[in-house]
Amino acid sequence: MSERVAIEVRDLRIETRAGAAIVEGVDLAVERGSILGLVGESGSGKSTLALGLLGYCQAGLRIARGAVHVDGTDLLALTDAQVRSHRGRDIAYVPQDPQTALSPAQRIGEQIHRILRRHAPERDTPETVALVLQRVGLPADRDFVRRFPHQLSGGQQQRVAIAMAIACEPAVVVFDEPTTGLDVVTQARILDEIRRLSGESDVAMIYVSHDLAVVAEIADRVAVMYGGRFLEEGATADVLQRPLHPYTAGLIDAIPDHRRFAMPRGVPGVAVAVGERPAGCIFEARCALRVPNCAVEEPSLDVVLPGRAVRCFEWERTPPLARPERVEPALAGDAEPLLRIEALSAGYSAGGSTRLVLRDIDLTVARGRSVALVGESGSGKTTLARCIIGLHPPASGAIRLGGEDLAPRARQRSLDARRRIQLVFQNPYDSLNPRQPVGRQTAWPARRLRGLSSTDADGETLRLLDLLRLPARVAQRYPHELSGGERQRVAIARALAAAPDVLVCDEITSALDVSVQAAVLELLAELRSALGLSMLFISHDLGVVAAVADDVLVLDRGEICEAGPARDVLTAPSAEYTRQLVEAAPALEGSDGGGAS
Amino acid sequence: MSRARRAWRAFPPPARVGLVGLVAIVLVAILGPLFAPYPPATSVGPPFAPPSAEFLLGTDNIGQDVLSRVLSGGASVLILAGLATLLAYAIGIPLGLFAGYNRGLAGGIVMRGVDVLLAIPALLLLLVLATGAGAGATILVVGIALVHVPQITRIVRAATLQTTGRAFIEAAEARGDSTARILGVEILPNISGPLLADVGVRFTGSVLLVAAVNFLGLGVQPPAVDWALMISENRSGISIQPWAVVAPAALLAALAVAVNSVADGIARIYGRSSASGEEAPA
Amino acid sequence: MAEALRSSDGERQPNPFIRFLWRRLAVGVVLAVVVSVVIFAATDLLPGDAAQAILGKTATPEAVEALRVQLGLDRPAVQRYGEWLGGIAQGDLGDSLSTRGPVTEAISGRVVNSLILAGLAALIMIPLSLAIGAYAGTRPGRPGDLVASGTSLVFIAVPEFVTAAFLILILAIGADLLPPVSIVAPGTSPLATPAILVLPVLTLLLASLAHNVRMVRAGVIETMHSPYVQMARLNGLSEREVVFRHGLRNALPPAVQVIALNLQWLIGGIVIVEFVFQYPGVGQLLTQAVALRDIPLVQALAILIAVLYIVINIVTDLLVVLLVPRLRTAGAS
Repeated sequence: MSERVAIEVRDLRIETRAGAAIVEGVDLAVERGSILGLVGESGSGKSTLALGLLGYCQAGLRIARGAVHVDGTDLLALTDAQVRSHRGRDIAYVPQDPQTALSPAQRIGEQIHRILRRHAPERDTPETVALVLQRVGLPADRDFVRRFPHQLSGGQQQRVAIAMAIACEPAVVVFDEPTTGLDVVTQARILDEIRRLSGESDVAMIYVSHDLAVVAEIADRVAVMYGGRFLEEGATADVLQRPLHPYTAGLIDAIPDHRRFAMPRGVPGVAVAVGERPAGCIFEARCALRVPNCAVEEPSLDVVLPGRAVRCFEWERTPPLARPERVEPALAGDAEPLLRIEALSAGYSAGGSTRLVLRDIDLTVARGRSVALVGESGSGKTTLARCIIGLHPPASGAIRLGGEDLAPRARQRSLDARRRIQLVFQNPYDSLNPRQPVGRQTAWPARRLRGLSSTDADGETLRLLDLLRLPARVAQRYPHELSGGERQRVAIARALAAAPDVLVCDEITSALDVSVQAAVLELLAELRSALGLSMLFISHDLGVVAAVADDVLVLDRGEICEAGPARDVLTAPSAEYTRQLVEAAPALEGSDGGGAS
Repeated sequence: MSRARRAWRAFPPPARVGLVGLVAIVLVAILGPLFAPYPPATSVGPPFAPPSAEFLLGTDNIGQDVLSRVLSGGASVLILAGLATLLAYAIGIPLGLFAGYNRGLAGGIVMRGVDVLLAIPALLLLLVLATGAGAGATILVVGIALVHVPQITRIVRAATLQTTGRAFIEAAEARGDSTARILGVEILPNISGPLLADVGVRFTGSVLLVAAVNFLGLGVQPPAVDWALMISENRSGISIQPWAVVAPAALLAALAVAVNSVADGIARIYGRSSASGEEAPA
Repeated sequence: MAEALRSSDGERQPNPFIRFLWRRLAVGVVLAVVVSVVIFAATDLLPGDAAQAILGKTATPEAVEALRVQLGLDRPAVQRYGEWLGGIAQGDLGDSLSTRGPVTEAISGRVVNSLILAGLAALIMIPLSLAIGAYAGTRPGRPGDLVASGTSLVFIAVPEFVTAAFLILILAIGADLLPPVSIVAPGTSPLATPAILVLPVLTLLLASLAHNVRMVRAGVIETMHSPYVQMARLNGLSEREVVFRHGLRNALPPAVQVIALNLQWLIGGIVIVEFVFQYPGVGQLLTQAVALRDIPLVQALAILIAVLYIVINIVTDLLVVLLVPRLRTAGAS
């Protein structure tokens, strides 16, 4: 083992009490001063592995096999009390959600003191605390040290969590999705901070994320996880340029990129569930390159090129990355305005006064066009969607649909107006009634809004499910029996059952894994050209916007700061805020790449 | 049938024991009078006679047969507690749905009324009502229902509020579905979990309150036969003829413990299924 | 740095805690007045007439009518409520129908007796339920927890008077250790003969303790599963520190709330326990007054108990605010 290696893991297996593997056969080694990115979609076992690196398991799981050497000591060979003395001192952990992971009843200075007192009592001084806070870019004055976690912003909370992790100058720091839930600008700052710390403190870092684009920005090496195993490992730039595993290639192809105007491609199928893992290759069912042997024998993770390991028999056949140019739908000639929003302001009243979250919004969706509204959380973009479908009465301004002035509340609108605008909601886990078979839920709008008979509505349901590539038997299923991507497609089918003119999509892919997101985006693009739908696409994700939008409006704290054709806005932003967003948004390639021709 | 078997299997062991006990006690309460050797409310011997071949559990303070009274005295507490619980839900569910779905002034008024009722300790409310209306079974049932209504309203309202914020309700509102359809089809089926988890707890509370008020002599009146009332009537003779107290006390305790452990089992099943029914994306 | 500047203006507001205190007190006063209306209405307006009840079913209509006039029942309810409330404000609770003397006289000594009983029970119950609840909650499923939760499941369900009956049988009659009744001679304090307090306090304790242990245990289990407890473990803190400083510390506010909520069980329990042991307290008096339909006495006792309960709830709310930094620094809940 090299002097520089701070953490080395051998053949780690973490399983449920029932004996099903969550993490299987993981080997890894990280040197001081370098960052390993662990990428995986939901269910890949990445968070379980992250905790396992500290010799820790959540209730119901156990570490069945393997070794985790941190600075030469095997944590898994120690007693519980001994492991504890290493955690926080030699290997530290930065959690996904610092808002819940910082103890709410302790001042932040106190929380850092406690760790120092436990692991490095000789350095437990106010000066050390101040120094540590400064190192993560936080103020270190008395006032700040005495704050409680709830008095900090999300970004500050995450910095405090990082400060706690580095307080004892550990050899290894594990970051578990530390920027999920932060806006992109804050995320970019935190990533800068982590990279700087890695450079100046000679610590080995492991960065776990679902987002390959984020990992691409920060990691020296990257390991791709799927079904609890590493499928591929290598230097970040190499892996991104020439993925060897078909899954990695699919993952990269699925990531929308705001610097290129290519259409992301979905990986077909869904990830296997824990306990249903096959005898052969874990990815076999979804793999386009599978050969008969794949279902029988599990490939091992082999070094096939210098510094490159892959778990695939057929890696040589993995095609190079090639992403189709985005299909631009033929625009309707006249581009007659369909949905028009004029000088709309909206807000929430609290204690007699109204706080406006949207000011003076003007927006037009022409027939057949796809307009994207970009904004961070809190920019008011969801409020706008709610105004449009009549759930939130605006304070002033007008909403017109093909010349008809729409009443503020859905119930005051004509049946036809309610039919013509449909909203697809953000969270597919929330937008379907859990106690009703989904077929009934897609049939109802057709009956209610189009006056179809019960039989006709059932026929319509089957037609729509087919259109969304869902098997007909899905109609009898309850939502909890479906995956996230399937639920979102049902939700789209329910909206289409009303035969709408305008489809408003509010962050409809943000709760989905990236490979599933790509499939939904592809489907939407097809539906748009097939049905001549007009779309208002609300998103915080510039990559998604680049994949679907003709025109873009950027929303900054309730006001539109920039509007124009998607290519112009994303490649040559004119507003300062847009420029910040475009720069901060993670992307696989540098700004020199792609379609900015 | 398989549904019942699944429910049985989901029950934690103490709840299974409780369920068996509860069924046994209910059978005693219903069928008991058929097996009573004497008329339960007639003096048939000397007061506080000890157990004998003639009176298996002895006699009570006015010479009535304890065994006959024990066999006849269980129905009242079960019936009164059941009626009170039903009445409480009949009032509480609509109120809670209304207050949860109507966040305007009217809903606010309902909840302030709930706050007022909650500010009065349960037994105190029952005693105050008994003063105004006189002791009796009707006012007891109404009073206990009133004790539960605020809690039920709160639970229903909280569940309704939580559900109302969800996207499938908003979709229904945007379609312009009627309030009746939204409440009945979209909301009610989705709040049944917390409601069912609560039913057993409410019924246990009803049993305890019925027993307490009857014991104080402010509920059902003699010559009605009731376990709690028996304890009260015979406690002066507890040192001479303990069976007149012990027998109804043991049955009442067994009933309460059985009901409570079944309630606990139900709460665990529905608490769990409502918590795990919808797992969030990772 | 933008994040730092966006910081907390919440804690800079002038004394949010004092503002919260005043608001909570004002709500308490309004609540007390409304509760007094409910009590007055329930005792006075429901069908069934006090005069009829006092004289019995055999009384002539003329006699009942005369008594109605004498009691003032012929005047409008609103007027009588006004007079009653005005009286309370001046410390005059009216005259008892059964003793024919002022209500204040009938109550005064008994309030102290009841407070002694309730105070002793609460004083033992609160720390004990926190300790047992925390013990069981930090080792769910292990033998110690199973014993504690199993026992509490039983004692929650058994009515106080049943517990009392068994305690009397075993400890007073069987073992002859303690007196079976707790009669206090007029003019003396129950503290002069502590032995008579043991059984009533024990009875109260068993029921209320069980309730609180269960709720505290549930709260502790939930806290021990929270992400910050996991984080404390991942930071390598000692288990002792994890349990006490992170787990129990954050489980305390909900536990305080639960205990206060359950003090109403204690209030109900006192009525029963005083009745069982013939202990001369407010609860026993209330039972007698209800049986005799002594409306002024019932009204006075009811408003007294209700106000006490409201005060307990206000104190709890303040405690919770003090224990939760987020509430303390932001003011209201």
